[in-house]
Amino acid sequence: MTELLGIYNYWIYIILMMIGFYGVIAKANLIKQAIALGLFQTGIFLFYISMAVVDGGTAPIWTTVGDGAVKALGPYDNPLPHVLILTAIVVSVSVLAVALAIIINIKWSYGTIEYDEIAALERATEREEGDADA
Amino acid sequence: MGIELPLLAMLVPAAGALLIAAFGRWPNVRELVTVLTSVALLGVVLQMLPTVLADGFWETTWTTEPIVLFEMLPGIPLELKLEPLGMIYALIASSLWILNSLYSVGYMRANHEKNQTRFYVCFALAIASVMGIAFSGNILTLFVFYEALSVSTYPLVAHKGTPEAVRSARVYLGILVGTSIGLLLPALIATYFFTGDLAFAPGGIFQEALTDGRLTGPMLGVLFFMYMFGIGKAALMPMHKWLPAAMVAPTPVSALLHAVAVVKAGVFTVVKVCIYVFGTQSLVSAGQGEWLIYVAGATILIASCIALFQDNLKRRLAYSTVSQLSYITIAASLLSPLGFMAASIHIAAHAFGKITLFFAAGSIYTAAHKTKISELDGIGRKMPWTMGAFAIGSLSMIGVPPTAGFISKWYLLSGAWETGYTFVIVVVLLSTLLNAGYFLPIVWRAFFRAPPSHDGHAPLSPQDDAFGDPADEVTAGHGHGHDDHHGDHGEAPLPIVFALSCTAAGTIVLFFFPDIVLGLAQQIFKGLPLP
Amino acid sequence: MLDIPLDVQANLPVLIVLTPLLGGVIATFTGRGVLPWLWSTLVTGVTFALTIQMMMTLLASGEPFISYELGNWPKWWGIEYRVDLLNAFILLVVAGIGFITTVYARLSVQDEIPDDRHNVFYAVWILAITGLLGITITGDAFNVYVLLEISSLTVYALIAMGKDRDRRALTASLRYLILGSVGASFILLGIGYLMMVTGTLNMEDMHNQLLRMPDLDTNRTILVAFALLVVGLSLKMALYPLHMWLPKAYTYAPSAVSALLAATATKVGVYMAFRFLFGIFGVGFSFYAMPSHFVLLGMASLGIIFSSLTAIRQTNAKSLLAYSSVGQIGYIVAGFSLANPNGVAGSIVHIFNHAVTKGGMFMALGAIAYRVGGTDMKHLRGLGKRMPLTAGALALGGLGLIGFPLTAGFISKWYLVSGALDAGMWQLAVVVLIGSLFALVYVWKIIEALFFGEPTGRTAEATEAPLSMLIPIWVLIGLSIYFGVDTSFTADVATRAASSLLGGLP
Repeated sequence: MTELLGIYNYWIYIILMMIGFYGVIAKANLIKQAIALGLFQTGIFLFYISMAVVDGGTAPIWTTVGDGAVKALGPYDNPLPHVLILTAIVVSVSVLAVALAIIINIKWSYGTIEYDEIAALERATEREEGDADA
Repeated sequence: MGIELPLLAMLVPAAGALLIAAFGRWPNVRELVTVLTSVALLGVVLQMLPTVLADGFWETTWTTEPIVLFEMLPGIPLELKLEPLGMIYALIASSLWILNSLYSVGYMRANHEKNQTRFYVCFALAIASVMGIAFSGNILTLFVFYEALSVSTYPLVAHKGTPEAVRSARVYLGILVGTSIGLLLPALIATYFFTGDLAFAPGGIFQEALTDGRLTGPMLGVLFFMYMFGIGKAALMPMHKWLPAAMVAPTPVSALLHAVAVVKAGVFTVVKVCIYVFGTQSLVSAGQGEWLIYVAGATILIASCIALFQDNLKRRLAYSTVSQLSYITIAASLLSPLGFMAASIHIAAHAFGKITLFFAAGSIYTAAHKTKISELDGIGRKMPWTMGAFAIGSLSMIGVPPTAGFISKWYLLSGAWETGYTFVIVVVLLSTLLNAGYFLPIVWRAFFRAPPSHDGHAPLSPQDDAFGDPADEVTAGHGHGHDDHHGDHGEAPLPIVFALSCTAAGTIVLFFFPDIVLGLAQQIFKGLPLP
Repeated sequence: MLDIPLDVQANLPVLIVLTPLLGGVIATFTGRGVLPWLWSTLVTGVTFALTIQMMMTLLASGEPFISYELGNWPKWWGIEYRVDLLNAFILLVVAGIGFITTVYARLSVQDEIPDDRHNVFYAVWILAITGLLGITITGDAFNVYVLLEISSLTVYALIAMGKDRDRRALTASLRYLILGSVGASFILLGIGYLMMVTGTLNMEDMHNQLLRMPDLDTNRTILVAFALLVVGLSLKMALYPLHMWLPKAYTYAPSAVSALLAATATKVGVYMAFRFLFGIFGVGFSFYAMPSHFVLLGMASLGIIFSSLTAIRQTNAKSLLAYSSVGQIGYIVAGFSLANPNGVAGSIVHIFNHAVTKGGMFMALGAIAYRVGGTDMKHLRGLGKRMPLTAGALALGGLGLIGFPLTAGFISKWYLVSGALDAGMWQLAVVVLIGSLFALVYVWKIIEALFFGEPTGRTAEATEAPLSMLIPIWVLIGLSIYFGVDTSFTADVATRAASSLLGGLP
C-alpha cells in the first residue's frame, strides 16, 4: 500500500491524462476539446518532473565551497527532465495557440464550434456535391 | 551484327509510333509511315531468319551473350535473345501487320472513325511490345512486354469511347492485368525464389531445385497452375471473357490483335513457359502437367458450343478463337515433340485463317453495315471476294486441305496418338464437327440463300432455327432498316479486299509451302536435351 | 565533390537543419509579390544541395555513419546529429521533394492563398520541411519529439490555409491537430519511459544500455515505452486504423501542400519507426520478443485491403489518392515488419518510389485544380484531350501505383513479395497482389475519366498546365519511371541500409 501511495504523483499523472483523453474524445465543443488536449499534455509534464526526483534532493546548485572547489550543495534532482519539459511546455502552448486560431476560423466559417453541428453542415455539403456529380 | 537485330525489331515500330504521332495532322503521311514501318519491320525480321534456321544455331548464336537493355532488378536484366519459337511469332505478326495496315487505312477511312492518330500510334506500340515478347531473353522481360501489350492495346479496345466500349475495355484490361498481376507475377517471383534464375533455357530451369529438394512436385504443380491461368491472354477458360469483350474494338484491332498478336502472345508464352521454364522432363516426372490437357480440352468444346449460338459474327469468331487457342495449349500440354510441333504450326495456321475471317467480317461491316450472321443471306453474290476468302478461312479453321489448318491438326492428332491420349483425339474430332457446324452455315447462307427482299421478312427456313439464336427473327427484321440504305452495296474498298485476299491466299500457300514454319519448329527440338 | 569551404563541409549536418530554419524565419519578412516564393526556392534549393553534398561526403568517407555533436557538447550530454546511409537517403528525398514542390508551388499558391499571406505561407512551408529534415538527421530521442512538433504544427497551419477554397480544410486541420498531438504525446511519454530506464537520450546510447539489460524482454517499463511508441508512431505515419486524420487533411489542403505532405510527411513517420524499432529497441526485441511482427503485419494488411477499397469509392481524385496513400503506407510497414533483408529493402525502396510517384500525382492534380477549379471526377472527365501532358503524368503515376513493370512501383512490389516469400508468409504476398488489383481499379477510374469522358463546364475550355508546373510534375514522374528501369542506385542503397538496420555490416 505504501508502495502505491509512495508513487502517488504517477497516479495523478495518469488520472490527469485520462481526464484529458476523455475530454478530447467525448466533448463536442471544440474549445473544450482544446482544453482537454492541454490537460492531457500537462499530465505528461508531471510525469517528467516526477521522474527527476531524487530522495532528499534539492535544486541542482553548484557553488564554490571553502577550499575553492566547485561542488553541489548536496544530493540534487536530475535537472535534465526539467529542461526537457520547459521545451515541451512551449510546444504545448504553441499547439494550443494553433488550435485556438483554427477554432476561431471555424467559428467564422461555420458559425458554430459544436462538432455535431459542423458535421451536419459538412454532410450537407457532401450531399450537394454528390447531386452535382450525378 | 545479326545479334542486334532483335533490338532493331523492337525499335522500328517504336520509332514508327513516334513518327506517326508527329505526322498526325496529315493523314496521308501518317498512314504512309505506318505502312512503311511495317514493311521495314518485316525486312528486319526476315534478316534474322537465316541465323535462326542455320545449322548449329544452339551451339553458336544461342550461346552468345543476350542483348542487355538495362538491369532492372539486381541480377535480372531486361534482355533480348533470338529463339526459333519467337521467330515464328515475330514472323507472323510482322508479315500480317503489313496487310493489316493496308486494311486499317481502308477500314478507318470508310467508317469515319475518330482519333485515328491515337489508333495508329497505339497499334505501332502494340507491335513493338509484340517484338519484345517474341525476342525476350528471360521470363521477366517477357512479362514486362506482356504488360506493355495489355496497356497499349487498351486504348484500341476502348477506341469508340462509347459507354459500352469503355465497359468492355474495362473487362478486357481487368482480366488481362488481373490474371497477370494476380497469378503470373507471383509465379515469376516464386520461380526466382526457388531457382535464383529467370533466364530461358531449353529443358527448363527447375531441375536443380527439384533434385536438391527446395521444390517439391506438388509445389511445381501449383506454380504450373499459376503460370497457365496467369497467362490470361491464352484465354484458357474461365479466363477467356476478355476476348469476346474486346470485340467492340474496330475490326482491324480484332483482326490483328485479337486474332493474332495478343492471343498469340498468350499461347506463345504458354508454349515458351512449358519448354523453356518448366521443361518437359520436370513436368512429366512430377506428373503435374496433365490437368492442363483436360482444361484445354474442355475449353475447346465449351467455347465451340458457345460459338454455335452467337449471332453476332465477330462474337462467333471470338469464341472460335478461344477454342482454337486451346488447340495450341492442348498441343503444348502433350509435352511431346510432335505436340510442340503442332502448337508452333498452329500459331501460324490459325493466325492466317482467323485474320482472314476477321477481315471479311470488317469488310461486310464496312460495305453493308451488317454485324449479324442472320443478315448475311445472299451476301456472297454482292461480295464474292470477301465471302470467298471467308470460305477459305473457314476451311482452315475446320482443318480441310488444302489449307494450313490441316497441317497443324495432322500433327496434333499424331502427337496425341503417339502419347496415347485418346481424350485429345476425341476432342479434336468433336470440335472439328463443331467448327464445321458454326462456320459452314455462314458460307452456305452467303452463297446459296436468296438475298432478303425489300418488302417483308427474310424467308426463314426451319434449318435456320437449328443454328440460329432465338433472337434471330427480331434482328433479321431489324436488318432491313440497314438494307434500305445499303441494299445496293458492292464490295468493300480496295485496300480491304486486297488485304483479305492476300491472307486467304496465305492460308493456302502455307499448306503447300510450310517449310519455313516447319524448319523453325524443328529447330526448337534440336536444342532440347534428349529424354 | 564540390569545392566548398572547409567550415561548411565540417558543419554540413547542422547546416542542413539550420539553413531552412533561419530561412523560414526570414521568409516571414519577405513581403508580398513573387519575393517570398523566390526566397523559399533559394532556401530549399540550397538545402537540397547540402543534402546532396552530405550524401556524397558519406559515400566518399567510406564510414558507416558521420556523427556531429551540436555545439561540441559530448553526445551523452548534448545533441548528436548522426548521418548514415539510410537517413542520408531520406534527407535527400525530403529535401529534393521539398525543392521541387517549392518550384511548383508558385502559381498554385497564387491561385489558392490570398496575396497578403504568401510570406506567412512560405515561412511555415519552409519550417515544415525543416522539421522533417531535423527528425531525419537527429540522433537524440527528445530532439525527435521537438522537431516532430515543429513539423506537425506547421503542417496543421498549412492544411488550414486551404480554407479559402474549401472551409472543410479547417475541420480537417483541427482533427489532425488533435490526433497528431495525442500521437506526439504518446511518443513523448515513450521517450520518457525509455529515459527512465536508460538515463540517456542519445539513441545509440539508449540502444547499448537496453542491450545490456538482463531483463530486457520482461521489464515492464520498457514494454510500456514500446507500446506507447508504437501507437504514437502508427498515428504519425497513418497506419490503418490510425489513419483517420489523413484523407481529409490531404483532400482539403492547398494543392502544393498535399503534394509535399503525401511525398514526405508520412515517410518521415516511417523513418522514425525505423529509428525506434530497429535502432533503439533492436530487431531482436521489436520483432521477435514482441508480437509487433504480427500486429504490424496485420494492421498493414488490413490497411492495404480496406483503404484501397475505400479509395475505389471516392469521387474526388484527391481523396482517392489520399486513401491510396494509406494503403501504400501499409506496404511500407508490411515490408519492414518482415524484418528480413528483402522486406526491409522493399520498404525503403517504396518510401522513395511512393514519394516521387504520389508527389508527382498530387502535383498533377494541383495543376488540374489550377486550370479547372477542382479535382472531382466531373472535372477530370475528358481532360486527356485538353491537358494531355498533365493527364499523361497522372496516368503514368497511376501505373506506378498499380506496380506495372518499368515503373518504380514494380520494383518495390518485387522486393516486398520476395521478402514475404523469404519469410514464408505467402499470405502477405497475396495481400500485396490483391492490393495491386484494387489499385488497378481505382487508378483506372481516373484514367477512364481522363481519356474516355466528354468534357463539360470549365474542363471543356481548359488549356495545358503552365510550364512552371509541368516541369516539376514531369521531373517526379520521370524519376518514378527512371527508377523503375534502372534500379542500381535505389536498390543498392536500400539493400545496404537494410542490412545495417538488421545488424549486419553494410
